Amino acid sequence: MSAILSVGRGSRRYRGWILPIAAIAVWWLASNQGWSQSGLFVSPEKVAATAWDQMASGKFWRAISASLARNLSGFFIGTTLGLVLGCLLGLSRYFERLVGPSFNTFKQISLFAWIPLISVWFGLGDVAKVVFLSLAALVPVVVNTCDGLRNVPPNLLEVARVYGFTRWQTIIGVMLPSALPSIFTGLYLALVYSWLATIGAEYLLVSGEGIGNTLIDGSEHFMMDLVLFGMVIIGLVGWGLNALARTLERRMQRLYGIAPR
Amino acid sequence: MARAQTVRLEPYTAPAPNDNVKRFPPSPARPVRKVEVSRTSAWRVSLGDKALPWLLPLVLLGLWYLGVERGWLSEQVLPPPVYVYQTLSDLVTSGDLWLNASASLQRVVVGFTLGALIGIALGLAMGLSRTLEDYLLPTFNALVQIPVLGWLPFALLLFGIGETLKYVLIAKAALVPITLCTLQAFRQAPKGLLEVGRAYGFSRRQSVTSIVLPAAIPTLFTGLRLGFTKAWLSLVVVELVASSEGLGYLIVYGRQLFQLDLVMAAVVVVGALGLVIDRGFDYAEKRLNRGRPTAGGSLS
Repeated sequence: MSAILSVGRGSRRYRGWILPIAAIAVWWLASNQGWSQSGLFVSPEKVAATAWDQMASGKFWRAISASLARNLSGFFIGTTLGLVLGCLLGLSRYFERLVGPSFNTFKQISLFAWIPLISVWFGLGDVAKVVFLSLAALVPVVVNTCDGLRNVPPNLLEVARVYGFTRWQTIIGVMLPSALPSIFTGLYLALVYSWLATIGAEYLLVSGEGIGNTLIDGSEHFMMDLVLFGMVIIGLVGWGLNALARTLERRMQRLYGIAPR
Repeated sequence: MARAQTVRLEPYTAPAPNDNVKRFPPSPARPVRKVEVSRTSAWRVSLGDKALPWLLPLVLLGLWYLGVERGWLSEQVLPPPVYVYQTLSDLVTSGDLWLNASASLQRVVVGFTLGALIGIALGLAMGLSRTLEDYLLPTFNALVQIPVLGWLPFALLLFGIGETLKYVLIAKAALVPITLCTLQAFRQAPKGLLEVGRAYGFSRRQSVTSIVLPAAIPTLFTGLRLGFTKAWLSLVVVELVASSEGLGYLIVYGRQLFQLDLVMAAVVVVGALGLVIDRGFDYAEKRLNRGRPTAGGSLS
């Protein structure tokens, strides 16, 4: 049954392409026939030309490398801090009592609400953006690391106790491997969030270069082609980071002999 | 286990008919003292437990207060806590808070409702028809890759800075998790139960209404909850960028006037409202799941 289904699904893959192709065709037709006189209704060719212009002039590469550099540095700082904090929260009951409730309250504050405060404290430059990005990456890592360490199956812990494991041995040999899938989920979410936050930071802390700034330029000059180009790039990079994270996750899981989610 | 054994053994030692009384032998001194001891120690532990979480906020508040008092930081960069409190109470008494909060809440409710309706409809349609899923899901997934902030300039050019823009973007934010969770709810219907339905000759409609949907409710609810969280998050974003009232606007306004006390007060309100909403959903979810058999999950 499932084999038949999967074969059927494989051969029906083309169906996913029909809607986007049809949409682009209608768009192309509409713009070529002049159905709309609005200056905002740009043709697909114009978007392609803008994309080519952006790439050829090097503006695009500068923007994307600035955005990605920010994204990755924020991600690394945020996840490192997040792993430390998450481990402390998950392993020490006192630390959890001390910091946990404060952290949970802090987490409730909508991420973007921090931007005005960050802009006062750290300015509009790269420091402020990286601080904001680290914050965005930190929260999911802490939550998932802590959850993973908390939800180690009790029978595994009992086995460790029976074998007379020390606390350190229990942590290294039992708790961390068991929490690994959850920790990966946290890292994965952090990567997704930090890309989202990169766009947010560039959008709300306007200065310097980046994909978010490309979007703002397009929006301010009523250049729909530039806006659409920026959106496609944001989507593509988001998808790429997603795919990268998923591949790494699978590889790590295989390495540690954990069944994939 | 042990208790069941004693109950079963009791009739042999004490054949009295009212064994209820016999099971609590009247030996007053020891049990009472035991209870008392355990209660005080438990009380002490819970006091420590209750006090610990307040330590960090109090220390931070103390540092904040001291920092401003001693002039480590200027009041413009970090207004003293008292200011923030005063601003907050001013906002409450002048009615400004209510005005802005209700504007924000109205936006989020309208946007969320729109998004939820469309999301559930989409999820249902794709859940019921694999063909439709084949056609729609790849495009949906591709569009989902673009976050709300990516849509914002596009929507800004299309709809202008009006309420429509906010509704559309909030609806989009809520729609994504709701659609995906609805679809997932359909796909994870317990196979065991479906087989039972097939054995009983259920029609397709019957198996959807009496097997798939009841099993889907917790996942659906998770989707709605996630959707609301996303809607709340994007409300703040949208209001930060383009609005003339609302909690996000208060934040921007305070920032522009360099009145950080106003910014902080508004941030506190945003956080508190988010917390209240989250707790509400948590409570509703627990109510919903109470008494729900877990058999559906184990059968699959």
